[in-house]
Amino acid sequence: MESYQQDPIARAEKVAMTTTTVPSAGPVAGSRSLFSRLREGDEIARMITFLFAASVVLVTLLLVLELWQGSVLPRHKFGFNFFRTSVWDPIFDQFGALPFIYGTLITASVSLLIAVPLGIGAAIFLAELAPPRVSDALEFFIDLLAAVPSVIYGLLGVFIVVPLMRQYIQPALKHSFGFLPLFQGPAYGVGFLTAGIVLAIMIIPYIISVSREVLLSVPRDQREAALSLGATRWESTWKIVVPFARTGIFGSIFLALARALGETMAVTMVIGNTPTISSSLFSPGYSIAAVIANEFTEATGDLYLQALIELGLVLFILTFILNGLARLLIVATSQRGSGTGHA
Amino acid sequence: MSPRLRWRKFVSGFMLTMTGVCALLAVSVLFFILGYLVYHGGTSISWNFFTKLPAPVGESGGGMANAILGSAKLLLLASLAGVPIGFFGAIYLAEFSGGTTAFVVRYAADLLNGVPSIVIGIFSYSLVVLPFKHFSTLAGGFALGLMMIPITLRSTEEFLRAVPRALREAAMALGASKWKTIATVIVPAAYRGILTAILLAFARVAGETAPLLFTAFGNRFWSPGWNQPTASLPVMIFTYAIAPYDDWHRQAWAAGLVLLGLILVINIVARAILSRGIAVPRS
Repeated sequence: MESYQQDPIARAEKVAMTTTTVPSAGPVAGSRSLFSRLREGDEIARMITFLFAASVVLVTLLLVLELWQGSVLPRHKFGFNFFRTSVWDPIFDQFGALPFIYGTLITASVSLLIAVPLGIGAAIFLAELAPPRVSDALEFFIDLLAAVPSVIYGLLGVFIVVPLMRQYIQPALKHSFGFLPLFQGPAYGVGFLTAGIVLAIMIIPYIISVSREVLLSVPRDQREAALSLGATRWESTWKIVVPFARTGIFGSIFLALARALGETMAVTMVIGNTPTISSSLFSPGYSIAAVIANEFTEATGDLYLQALIELGLVLFILTFILNGLARLLIVATSQRGSGTGHA
Repeated sequence: MSPRLRWRKFVSGFMLTMTGVCALLAVSVLFFILGYLVYHGGTSISWNFFTKLPAPVGESGGGMANAILGSAKLLLLASLAGVPIGFFGAIYLAEFSGGTTAFVVRYAADLLNGVPSIVIGIFSYSLVVLPFKHFSTLAGGFALGLMMIPITLRSTEEFLRAVPRALREAAMALGASKWKTIATVIVPAAYRGILTAILLAFARVAGETAPLLFTAFGNRFWSPGWNQPTASLPVMIFTYAIAPYDDWHRQAWAAGLVLLGLILVINIVARAILSRGIAVPRS
């Protein structure tokens, strides 16, 4: 995300790699007595900074613990049925999360369908085609785009995308693809499709930023070899460079997916907030994050509140897995490619 | 030129153009957002917006002075929690630790960074709101601070690591102790990067809405002290945008413009600080 600055860092890291590791306290400190280390303050500084670092671990553990303990009641009462039933009725203490899970997955899928081709296309342009100066300038704008808060996307979604969908896009889709169950039903404006589109706009910058970095880390000789064998520019990009960077690009997609699943404000504002499961993308729906945002303050009764916390736990586990996978994939690719440079 | 080659060249040119179109589309979204906000927000913004309390429902006029102050207080609290923990934690990671401890801390920070912001809100709710029995600035600041920690920590660490080894060795060779080396050589050498890291983390949490919904909550009046629910700009944008009043929509646009302006300016300043020359090692 801060890849505008990544140039100096990347360079610095390469230097660090060639000159072994940064001197650590271990061997240097061990050669002196504990007393002299205490007098010089090294041990004290180490302890103090350790406390700060340890607090990060502590807080993270506490977060997992709170989520787990905070959702004891519904986990015991409903068990796995929590994910299989679709009745969400606080008055009769019935909580089934299926519509929310469905809504989250559908909106995220729609957003990926739109954002992945666009994002990867733009990343290819930035990494392979644009001169470094242009590429950096565009990347600067992409980074700014990634910094736009989600409530702003929601604001534009409510006042621009929703009316646009209602008046033009949904009728047009219905007209040409109305035979598909995906595009049937009344055009409300709000709904799965609108939420997916707004989400797509939000996650494109993440896909571009990370994919661009990954593509730039593909060694130059890969491109040159392809070109020298007579491949066109596009063939060398699509058949050589992109496959080489494949795992990292998947990483960027997982990263974006994790964002899309956890995104709250923009989705809440345009999804319609109705717990329905419908095959039509025009139908209003609900997502996990949106239901937490809307109902948490109104949740009366422990079971209701804890059911919402359990939804939070589900969201946490989903993003945890996706982020972990993404990081593995991105690291794997950047280590594969050792050279950098524009083609 | 054979037809096959001509076809391949055509495909190449076409697809590469398409990638350019993708990039253009992506970037144009930013200008579209900016333009729309300036157009809608600019006409609704006035002196009252910055100085008046929200008007009662049904009356027009009023402003968001309480939300602006509320956001400032929340961000102050967030920085008080996020910056020291991020900064000192990063020093520990970059200078003192190695092996398992560093791995665990880094892992925890990355985990925390990936947690959806609404889940951070739940955490702050059960940790701060429930014991105190009411929504408060404190709880909101805690939630935002929590989000600031991992961002500050990881990027500060990167910048500390980027300080050349020769500088460390020179300081140590002069007989400086390790902490003296850190305090007088390494941190000053990396200060631009560290400042950038902090500013970017600040800008990131400044626009966060989800974790504030049930921690800082909202308030249509001033919120004295730290222990009461408070209004904040992002939450105001949300409530005003989904409300059915035209006047509120105008205020939401104005608030959006102010918020986005603030965030973009911080981002640009942060990047400018960095590009003015961080201590980049040349070997």
